[in-house]
Amino acid sequence: MPAWLRGLVPVLIAIAVLAVLQLVLGEFPFFVYLASIVGVNVILAVSLNIVNGMTGQFSIGHAGFMAVGAYTAGKLSLLLKDVAIAGLPTMVSDQVQFVGTLLAGGVAAALCGFIVGLPSLRLRGDYLAIVTLGFGEIIRVIVQNLDMFGRALGLSGIPQTSSFFAVWFCVFLVVLVARRIVGSTHGRSLWAIREDEVAAEAMGVNTTGYKVRAFVISSFFAGVAGGLFAHFVPIINPGSFTFVKSIEVVVMVVLGGLGSTTGAIVAAIFLTLLPEALRTLFLQLGGLGAGASLAQKVDQIRMPVYGMLLVILMLVRPQGLFGTREVWDVLPRWWPGARKGIT
Amino acid sequence: MRSALAVVLTSCALALVGCEKKGSAPPSSGGASGGTAAAPASGGTPGVTGDTILLGEVGSLTGSEATFGISTRNAIDLAIREVNAAGGVKGKKIDIRVYDNQSKPEEAAQAANRLINQDNVLLILGEVASSNSMAMAEKAQPAKVPMISNASTNPKVTEIGDYIFRVCFIDPFQGFVMAKFAHDNLKVNKVAVLRDLGSAYSQGLADVFERKYTEMGGKIVARETYTKGSTDFRSQLTAIKRGSPDAIYIPGYYNDIGLIARQARELGITATLMGGDGWDSEKLFELGGSAVEGSYFSNHYSPDDPSPRVQKFIAAYKAAYGSVPDSLAALGYDAAMVAVDAIKRAPSFDRAAIRDAIAQTKNYHGVTGSITLDEKRNATKSAVVLQVGKGKTKYVDTIAP
Amino acid sequence: MSDFAQHLINGVAAGTIYALVALGYTMVYGVLKLINFAHGDVMMVGTFMGYAVAQKLGDEHQSTLWGALLIFLVAMVGCAVLGFLIERFAYRPLRDKPRLTALITAIGISFTLSYGFQLDIPPLPGAAPRAFPEIIIPKEWLIVGDRAVVIWNWQVISLSIAIGLMLMLQGLVYRTRFGRAMRAVSFDHRTAALMGIPVDRIIALTFMLGSALAAGAGILYAIKDTAIQPLMGLYVGLKAFVAAVIGGIGNVPGAVVGGLLLGLVEEFVVGYSSSSWRDAVAFGFLIVVLLVRPGGLFGSVTAEKV
Repeated sequence: MPAWLRGLVPVLIAIAVLAVLQLVLGEFPFFVYLASIVGVNVILAVSLNIVNGMTGQFSIGHAGFMAVGAYTAGKLSLLLKDVAIAGLPTMVSDQVQFVGTLLAGGVAAALCGFIVGLPSLRLRGDYLAIVTLGFGEIIRVIVQNLDMFGRALGLSGIPQTSSFFAVWFCVFLVVLVARRIVGSTHGRSLWAIREDEVAAEAMGVNTTGYKVRAFVISSFFAGVAGGLFAHFVPIINPGSFTFVKSIEVVVMVVLGGLGSTTGAIVAAIFLTLLPEALRTLFLQLGGLGAGASLAQKVDQIRMPVYGMLLVILMLVRPQGLFGTREVWDVLPRWWPGARKGIT
Repeated sequence: MRSALAVVLTSCALALVGCEKKGSAPPSSGGASGGTAAAPASGGTPGVTGDTILLGEVGSLTGSEATFGISTRNAIDLAIREVNAAGGVKGKKIDIRVYDNQSKPEEAAQAANRLINQDNVLLILGEVASSNSMAMAEKAQPAKVPMISNASTNPKVTEIGDYIFRVCFIDPFQGFVMAKFAHDNLKVNKVAVLRDLGSAYSQGLADVFERKYTEMGGKIVARETYTKGSTDFRSQLTAIKRGSPDAIYIPGYYNDIGLIARQARELGITATLMGGDGWDSEKLFELGGSAVEGSYFSNHYSPDDPSPRVQKFIAAYKAAYGSVPDSLAALGYDAAMVAVDAIKRAPSFDRAAIRDAIAQTKNYHGVTGSITLDEKRNATKSAVVLQVGKGKTKYVDTIAP
Repeated sequence: MSDFAQHLINGVAAGTIYALVALGYTMVYGVLKLINFAHGDVMMVGTFMGYAVAQKLGDEHQSTLWGALLIFLVAMVGCAVLGFLIERFAYRPLRDKPRLTALITAIGISFTLSYGFQLDIPPLPGAAPRAFPEIIIPKEWLIVGDRAVVIWNWQVISLSIAIGLMLMLQGLVYRTRFGRAMRAVSFDHRTAALMGIPVDRIIALTFMLGSALAAGAGILYAIKDTAIQPLMGLYVGLKAFVAAVIGGIGNVPGAVVGGLLLGLVEEFVVGYSSSSWRDAVAFGFLIVVLLVRPGGLFGSVTAEKV
């Protein structure tokens, strides 16, 4: 099979599988909603892993890029709400616009990633953390001050054109990109920077260039995640993109293992579904009395539990669940596309 | 060994996902009768199982507007208890599922989502803060689930669709009330406005006040903003002081008002403070101390009202919860009763029929006055102006629309 | 003109609190090279401890001199203990691990404390804000013109306490043996250990000192802004950290200058433009300073030698 076709096969398989799932499960609005939230978190975690895990930098402002993507895509959708592309049935036109806004959101976020990355990535670890946090906050405050983004009240009425297929296809794409990076020479440079930046620079790796590139790719996908988010929640406001959200994504990446895409996926799914599962469990256990109040408490308890989780994890198993290993490292040889990445 | 652990954990996670897929079908308590799908019922009635009617409520039980949510929930619980004790509605008992939104609009939307798609409620009660109600309405309207807000006053809430109702007055009226009070009762000519950028309610109310007050001939000498949740307002207050206002209109929520009042007095500002129904909370006295005494705010009802209906409600609430109900509680009680009344009048338990019954509410005698829903699904009622005293409010005046 | 003076007073009042908290950050960073994200939340815990003591004392006693002293003392000692525990059980085991690990732990503790205190389970205070009792009965101290500028007694007392604490710290760090040991450890902890300095103990004491200062700052903050709630430490801590970095992290006078500067800049920006930019000011200021002087105003960039 020619090389380009071989590369395309996973994409075609993904499209087929997702289309089937969409037809079967698309009728359950709550399932679609839950799956969309999970999907967005997976995209955020996998994209953050590219910077925090593979490149070993410490960026904790990811929510800012998500905000840029969400607001850009959301605003564009609002502006194009009553506009349809001539010659296409409305639904198709809507979806085309949707994809367009997602791309716009991703590009806007990537641009911000470039602007943020270029000066910050010359700073040392701790300073970088604070500066990325700062940029995340500044982006949020800027959005909060612009009339066209609804200021503190946010944007509402964005056409809800997202679907299970759209979200999970983007998940597939980001995982594919992460996977391809890891196995490439580009990825090797990133790992070198992670392991020992001075040595990498001495070996001729343009560390700043690679770091910025990783940042840009990562923020592009964060922007796409934000765009998807804007299209299945009824209202977006700055409160959804605070540094608490950034920390939540960091927890997912750290729990999964800094550097492991599989880990990021698993941790994101787990940490997103856990509160929902607990809530349902408590409701079914207790009806309206103790169970209901416990269910309400789930959201409250979630945050300090995340905190303790981080502390315990760092003390007991700092490499997270998967360390730096990937699921495709343990797949048998005959599984299509099972190449050894970096171990 | 380690890779085995990894595989086991991955499969557990995937299993959890699998479990969730089934879990998201309606839970066994109070779900749709007939059919196992979580799809909005075309056959089977949402919200009704056997002899229980399930209603939903979203409130800010924690967070910066916690007293609003707690008052509302208490009052609604009281109403439902009374209704069930009197035999229920059409022979069925009423049950209610309550979710907390932590005073955040995005959480309110998620909670509404859960009530509609997972719990399958008949209708939704809530919310107080307009930003939260708007977020919920955006979910309730397309799903065609009737929603009654007890205290959201921003006009945009009911504009979202014909399934959204409210039992209180709206801000175009409330802003006019304080403008008139400032101009006619307080007789002040120079007013400064300090608005909260973080709430739709505050923005809308401030806009109306400014417009009406200038129409009456008054002058706005300073305009400042703050974001709810801040603790230091001295910067803005110092800027306001420069304009030497006789009064300051602060249409925000009680949490911030307490601090603003204190810091205003600390800076030597002697102007009278005025506000809206967002001030109504027992926490206002604690946070504001003596600084907030003597201020005025517009509200939906006064505990001093001698009418027997009001006093009976206050007595029942006090007996159940140990404190005098605020206007959010009174409105919550009315919202629940209006909902029950509509369910009684409706020919069936179909959501569309309930919606029509709510829309036809006419002269319902509630604790907060006579409730008639107009064609915009808002209630036309009078407002009262209260003065803040030591630990309680004092009735000053009623202003009719 | 008078509002300029008032803005100045407001800015200095806010700045001294940032400065006190920044001192804790800078000291800990000096000896451990760790950003103690949890520092702001330790401040919050101290404030609530003070609140609990004030409640116990009741309205009568809490505003006497002895009552107020007791409140400060309990809060500061309590936080010193908390700081010791955090260092001992969360940071010490990670001393030799990569700094990222410790940073993540710090974030974890910060979230545990702040969101943990938000839970509605007694004795935890819960999320609703409370009014810190008046432990200094307010009296006007100085009135300029026709109430154009008003200075209150508690503002003067707060400033004096803050300056007193800073001077004590300065004396401690630069004139005592302990201070010298602390400076030695922050310079090079391996060599200090070789010289016979009990590094673990010095680090523990530094933590305790920083936490006690934070508790003091917390009480002063509660006196100034009245409302206390469990999330108050997050943003104050972050801004104080920014102040410490601006002054040059690891540099004690730098932290004070950074704190005051930040307080003033915030006050004037909000006063003369819009309040909605407040949160961005601190970070914007930080980024500008780091771009121009990467080591902070008083700090120096040490090249990493391989």
